[in-house]
Parts: sequence; C-alpha cells; structure tokens
Amino acid sequence: MRIAKQAGFYVLLGLVLIFFTFPLYWIVASSFKERADVISSVPKLVPFVDFTPTTNNYRDIFFRAETTTGEGSTVSASADVSGFRDRLVNSVIITGASTLLAVFFGTLTAYAVSRFTIPLESDLMFFVLSTRMLPPIVVLIPVFVLFNDLGLRDSYFGLILLYTSFNLPFVVWIMKGFFDEIPREYEEAAMMDGYSRFQAIYKIVIPEAIPAMAATAVFSIIVSWNEFVLANFLNRDAASTVPPYLNSIIGVGAVEWGRLAAASVVFVLPVVVFTFLVRNHLLRGVTFGAVRR
Amino acid sequence: MSSLTITNLSKRFGRKQALDDLTLTVKDGEFLVLLGPTAAGKTTTLRCVAGLEKLDSGTVALDGAVVNGLSPAERDLALVFQTYALYPRKSAFENMAFPLLARDWPPDRIRQRVNEVATLLRITELLERRPAQMSGGQQQRVALGRAMVRNPRLFLMDEPLTNLDFKLRVEMRAELKRLQSELAATFFYVTNDQVEAMSMADRIAVLDHGKLQQVDTPERIYDHPANLFVAQFVGSPRMNTINCRYDADQAALISADGVLKLPLTDAQRAAVANATDSSALIFGCRPEDVSIHADGTVDGKVFVLEPLGDRTFVDVHVGGATVRVRAAAAYRAEEGERVRLAFDLPRCHVFDAVSGLTLF
Repeated sequence: MRIAKQAGFYVLLGLVLIFFTFPLYWIVASSFKERADVISSVPKLVPFVDFTPTTNNYRDIFFRAETTTGEGSTVSASADVSGFRDRLVNSVIITGASTLLAVFFGTLTAYAVSRFTIPLESDLMFFVLSTRMLPPIVVLIPVFVLFNDLGLRDSYFGLILLYTSFNLPFVVWIMKGFFDEIPREYEEAAMMDGYSRFQAIYKIVIPEAIPAMAATAVFSIIVSWNEFVLANFLNRDAASTVPPYLNSIIGVGAVEWGRLAAASVVFVLPVVVFTFLVRNHLLRGVTFGAVRR
Repeated sequence: MSSLTITNLSKRFGRKQALDDLTLTVKDGEFLVLLGPTAAGKTTTLRCVAGLEKLDSGTVALDGAVVNGLSPAERDLALVFQTYALYPRKSAFENMAFPLLARDWPPDRIRQRVNEVATLLRITELLERRPAQMSGGQQQRVALGRAMVRNPRLFLMDEPLTNLDFKLRVEMRAELKRLQSELAATFFYVTNDQVEAMSMADRIAVLDHGKLQQVDTPERIYDHPANLFVAQFVGSPRMNTINCRYDADQAALISADGVLKLPLTDAQRAAVANATDSSALIFGCRPEDVSIHADGTVDGKVFVLEPLGDRTFVDVHVGGATVRVRAAAAYRAEEGERVRLAFDLPRCHVFDAVSGLTLF
C-alpha cells in the first residue's frame, strides 16, 4: 500500500517534470537538428534514433555571416558579419553593467533608508516604487525622443541607464527589508571596536547581506537580459542586444528554426548557470525574514 | 582608565524628551550603575556617551576633554550590548581580535593578547566557536572579552546580564565586580534591575523619564531615597506607601481612613512643615521596618502569607491600605487574624505627594 502510494507520487512527479521541461527539451533538441528534421511533421524526439544531431546551427549563429535573417537595409557592415556573437557580447555588457550598478547603488540607498531617519521617508520609498508602476512601453516614445536628442540611441550607456533605473526600485525595496532584519548593533559594535561606519558596513554588514544581494542580482539580470521592447526600438545596430535579434530571425521568409533554437539555448544558458551558482544564497535571500530567530 | 563627565545633556526623539538636562560624573576607576525603569533614557545616555547618538545639547567629556565631535572609534570606549552583538560570521577568537585588527596590531601580539583575556574570562576552549555554537553565558563572556582586549578608556555596559538565566546572572554579577576591581576599570553600567545595581555599584544614578533622580552610594539610595520614585524603585518587595495627612493638633501622621496614626518627633514635625500641602502626604516604610508585635500601635488584619523559607512576607490590611511586613521564617497566621503592627519610625519616610520629594 505504502509502496503503491510512493510509486504514484513519483509517477505524478515525473509527469509534472515532463510537462515543465519538455518545451526546454524541444528547444535544445531542435537546436541540434537539420532543417528537415525540425520541420518534419512526425516529431523527432530521440537523438541518434529519430535524427542525427548536428552542431551546424551553433556554427552558423557564431561564425557565419547572416544571410537569411531579416535585418532590413539599415544593417551596418560590422553587424552583418556575425550578428549573434556581437549581440551576445552587447547583452552581457549591458546586463552586467546595469545589474552591478543597480545592486551597488540600491544596496547603499537601502542601507541609508534602513539606518537613518530621512525626512519623508515613506513618501520617498513609495516614489521609488511608483517608478515600477508604468510598463516600460508607456514611456517608450518620450524616452526615444529624449535618447535621440541626447545621442544615447544605439549606445551601451543608454540601455544601461534605463535598465539600472528599472531595477533600482526592486533592489532598494528588497535590500531595505533585508537590512531592517540585520541588527544595527553589529555595525555599532564594529564602530565601537575602532572602525569607521564605511568600514563597519564593508567588513560586517555586507558579508551578512550577500545572500540578498545575490538574490536581487539574479532578478536584475533576468529583467535586463530578457528586456525586449526598449532594446528593440532604441538599440537597433551596434549596441543591439539578443532579444530583438531572436525576433529578427523569425522576421522574414522561411524561419530558421534550428538557428533560432540554438540562439535561444545560448541565450538562456548564462542566466541558468548564474542562478544555479548562487542558488543557496538565493533561497536564503528570499526566505530571509521568515527563518530568522 | 578615564573619568566621564556628562553635562546638561538633553536629547529628544520626535516629541519624546528622552533625556532632560542630565548632569553626571563617573569617577576614574568607579563602578557607576545607571538604574531606571524601561524607557527612562538609560540606553540613550549610554549611546550618547559612546558617540552612537548625536546630542541635542550638552557635553560629554572624558578626563575633562569634550568629545562631542568625535566618532565612536575616536573615543576609544568599549560597549557591551544587551544582545552581545557578536559578529555572527566570526569565531570567538576573531570577534575578540577584531578591535585589535583595527589598531594594526601584529598577528602574534593579537594572538597573545586574546589568549590572555580568554584565560582571564575562562573561555580559552571556546575560541574556535562561532556565536551560534555558544550558550548565552558564553557569548556574554566573549562580548566582555571583545571589550577588554584593548584596555578602553571606559567600559559601557548596556544591561549585559538581562538576557542570561537567573543562576548565571547571579554568578556574572560577582564576576563582573571582580573583573572591574582587578582591571581598576571605570564601568558605566546600565540596568533596570535594582538588585544588580545594589550588589555591584560603587554609586547608583537613578534615572526616570530622562531626568536624574538621585546619585549616591547604594546604602544611601536605599536608606535615604531622594524622592518617592527612588524609594519605590529600589528595594524588593517595594516600599509600602499609605496616603496620609499631618494633624498638627495631635502632632501625628494620620492615614486617610484614620486607622493609621503615628506620632512624630520634633525633627520629623519640622520636616513635614516643609510640605507643599500637609494634607497630601505619603507615608512609606519598607517591609523590614515594620513588624508584627503585641506592643504595636497600629491595628491590622492578616490578608495573605508568603513564606519564602528564610523569611515570610505577610500582607496586612490596615484600614483600606495593605502593608507588607517582613516576618520571621516560622511566622504563621490565619487569614483575617487580628494583629498589631509596630513601625520603626526613624527608618520610615514621609513624602510630599505633590512634588514627590522626601520630607524625611
């Protein structure tokens, strides 16, 4: 009876697992298929049995000039050589920089709000949060005009600035809650022990806050990495990121499913790996308030 | 070690006046206990001295030199927190070494000094443990050790024993007193436990609502409280109080319901004459200054007995008031039994009900 119950449980677990991971598997499998295998009306599921895996798609997106993507006539010569590779680099730079900036400034802001009495504190915190209430697309046109005038279109700096400001409120709110939970006696003890406040923050508070910083970093990375609308309209050429590129592959004529799948896999990988690396911190960061003595 | 002088210190948080014109001196090598109920401003005083809180007005001086503008680090004081505030990621050794690292001591000297202090505090076997792996009493010792390693100018202690269990608290009281005299250190110690204050202090400063009530030796605080608040706050069980008036014709103190009637001496009469209103007086006597005795002058009725082994407290109804009497351990009586009470009048007090001040 108990064994049957357990078996049932694992069967259910297996079904759920398949339900959630099959789409991912389908993308990964497709990325290793030739075009004929991808568009075959009979699903080809098992590598080496149903189809012969190939790395051609990966080779194509990394090393061959784009030929079938619908970039339009405005594509510059440099982007034409290997669109995906450049865009991946752009995505890494823009996401990395904006995440670092958002976590750095957000952590400092949150510390100040948590520890010091600030006039109109709750109003300020609401104001910070309210910037998240508008979906980015609403501000797209004004931002476009603004960036056009300031010469920030198609630049790293422009998108970094935007993504940083989108992620800051989130970081500030999460980190403030976190700092509120860290007894201020810790840094006061360090100050009594002969350290300045900055040294106390750096030596005592930050090591305590790392889990929360890792958690907010993951969320910032996901937001910046996946952002499509602003990236698509503001950075079309040299500083363009991966999401608009993926869209552009679908764009015109026959869809290169294999390349699209390969690009998607490469695109998803960094976030998965980073999240995996900080998973212990992540759990502690998110559940912090709940488990503390 | 240094002396500490606090002059006209005031501090408010929003609308609340946390400290009101506090002036207090802690002498070099003295164990001064700042005693008061919760929210009296004790911790605020300590934090102002430590430099963790900005003063609204007044000065804090060490050895006569004003330190108002100095950061906590520059003041070179040690503070033991009520919660100990040990760094959770550091071992006991690293916790104790942390203040020395700030002073750029070489590693071998740090090791030597930490071991020295650990031996003194009997925690050498704990040095590799983290705070989470130690009991409250052990953490407390490490926190003390962190304060002691560097010979600070002053030890500030914020209710360091409050979070310990009773047995440990009693042990640590003696231990702290021993350490203080061994180090010849200046201790500025905050507590709301009057037993702690009485047992450890060279002098006690009583604080209430941000105002200093009295500063004196434990004996003087106990025997000659400056006002009703001090009289009731110090001593356990607390002092009995009965609302009274002074009757000039009978030269006696008479309770509101007339049951209590105590003739006063000339000196006491003169003291009572200073009252704001001689019909609004409060008579106070400690349980040990009243006894159940056949020769007593006041009638009462036994209400409840509380035998404690070495003594018995007896609550006696005197008219509408209840007087707690300290009786011998073997004393027994039935509820409702009629007894006579004898007051040791020279040890009793009368307070001005309007101002709260002690008249005698």
